[in-house]
Amino acid sequence: MIAMLIITLGLAMREIRRHLMRSFLTVLGIIIGVGSVVTMVTLGNGTTAAVQQQISSLGANILQIRPGQGFGRGGGGAQPQPFDADDVAAIRQQVAGVVRVAPQVQSSGLAVRNAANWSTSIYGTTNDYLKAQSWSIDVGRVFTPQEEQAGKTVCLIGSTILRNLFRAESPVGQRIRIRDLSCEVIGTLKSRGSSFGPGDQDDVIIMPVKAVQRRITGNQKVSMILVSVDPAYNSDAVQASIKSLLRERRRLGPGKADDFNIFDTRQISETLQNTTKTLTALLGAVAAVSLLVGGIGIMNIMLVSITERTREIGIRLAIGALGREVLLQFLVEAVVLASLGGVLGLAIALGASALLSPMLQIPFLFNPTINAVAFLFSAGIGILFGYFPARRAARLNPIDALRHE
Amino acid sequence: MTAPLISLQGITKTFGEGLAAFQALRGIDLDIQPGDFVAIMGPSGSGKSTMMNILGCLDVPTSGTYLFKGHHVEQLTRDERALLRRRYLGFVFQGYNLLARTSALENVELPLLYRGEAKKVRQQAALAALRKVGLEDRAHHTPAELSGGQQQRVAIARAIVTEPEVLLADEPTGNLDTERSREIMQLLERFNRDAGITILMVTHEADMAAFARTTVKFRDGMIESMQIHKRLVDA
Repeated sequence: MIAMLIITLGLAMREIRRHLMRSFLTVLGIIIGVGSVVTMVTLGNGTTAAVQQQISSLGANILQIRPGQGFGRGGGGAQPQPFDADDVAAIRQQVAGVVRVAPQVQSSGLAVRNAANWSTSIYGTTNDYLKAQSWSIDVGRVFTPQEEQAGKTVCLIGSTILRNLFRAESPVGQRIRIRDLSCEVIGTLKSRGSSFGPGDQDDVIIMPVKAVQRRITGNQKVSMILVSVDPAYNSDAVQASIKSLLRERRRLGPGKADDFNIFDTRQISETLQNTTKTLTALLGAVAAVSLLVGGIGIMNIMLVSITERTREIGIRLAIGALGREVLLQFLVEAVVLASLGGVLGLAIALGASALLSPMLQIPFLFNPTINAVAFLFSAGIGILFGYFPARRAARLNPIDALRHE
Repeated sequence: MTAPLISLQGITKTFGEGLAAFQALRGIDLDIQPGDFVAIMGPSGSGKSTMMNILGCLDVPTSGTYLFKGHHVEQLTRDERALLRRRYLGFVFQGYNLLARTSALENVELPLLYRGEAKKVRQQAALAALRKVGLEDRAHHTPAELSGGQQQRVAIARAIVTEPEVLLADEPTGNLDTERSREIMQLLERFNRDAGITILMVTHEADMAAFARTTVKFRDGMIESMQIHKRLVDA
């Protein structure tokens, strides 16, 4: 049986070589099908990876707590009560499962140095914030405890600021003016590149929270509290304890709605991942239809080929080939043909995704699974659509087949 | 006398059903001894081709018994008949029926392929068979590069490469001129005489039938006459 299979394989290869052009056209459908499925899925996976990377640059599993109800902020009622430093301290001390708790005071203003100026966002926060948001320092240092404690006017600048105010000069130790405040640059933040959503993440100046509160906003308000959750804890449970703590501190009786909202970055990450996965699956499915069409193409040509080779089949049967041996011959031919198409399709997909990935600014991820699956699928299509014509050949009556012109 | 190689009793063959039914064979009784060379003659429509198909285990009779080396062929399945052909029979056709765009050598190897012989064995046997028909130097030519007579000799090589007990030849000289026809017949005669292969041949040329030991004439699906020209010598 194995010997028969090897012989049949040789016969099939010879038959394919003999009709090179026709064989190529036969499997064109499979080539396009496999090529498009694998390209779609590879690019889809690359997109998912790019999205994940951008989300993790936001800081994984971070809770953002803001005053107000949801994104609508207020909804016509009185301005919600803002948070303050005590709220931050309370969460840090009383909630289990939080790793870092950082206040964020947000403002904006014009940063000036010599003749250059740049309008930017100004965040007042702590070193914990940098860690939670996975900011790293490019040149220079983070805040010292004294600077944080005293609210010294020192600042870290994003790469956009660096580019616009300093050009090629080293910024560390230099002073810039923000509104009417002179501020020493102690370090620069490593660029995050462009991030999705509006805004350039590198267009930012970070100062100790007390410096911003005292010298810029002029009050003790904290516009947002950032909490990073210990991965060992359930994020929902941590959210619930923060919620009950804040309700207590804000004296919200039972039945009163929250006047703050907690936003879990994990939710965006999940939503985005689900979206890209759905899109990938959808594109893959559309491409899979072309694979099916390719299979029908193979069946067509196999049927034609069998009619053309009726006499040959008659000869084989007359000299003692069993029906199943003829079936095997044509089935192997279809499978070899389809598999070759699959391999060509994979090669095209490899080239296309390697070429398109940089153009779409996504990583090129070679996925062995999808390649293997697509290859096996194309071979399977050979079996599926080769079986019917092969069975027809095997069932020919040798007498009629020999008489066929 | 030895036991017959082939024994036919009351063979009938009917094609179609009801009003359209046509009885091609109407009761054939025939014994064929091993080593015989039988020419089956008769006008077209006399049932000789149908007889040949049944003798070659390609078709089964509607009724009657066909004993081949003790096997009841009429009771065998399609695959069992194929195995019988593979083991004991060789075929030569009027239209040569070689595989196109395939070398003479590969054509001759074909029956051995289905016997599961190794490549080396196949090639040696095929070359030997081609030598026997005088075409060793044409082994790598395709049918298109060979004359009609040469193609038929390749077909004969393909038929005898398995050393069959019976060679069935259906109008083997039908497409050839007299000169080539005589060459083919001499070849068949030699295989019958030297290798002891039993030959069953359909022909409608009396010249060709003269090479045979026995002539069986068919008419209207029945045996009209049977003549023995050369007696088989019992060993």
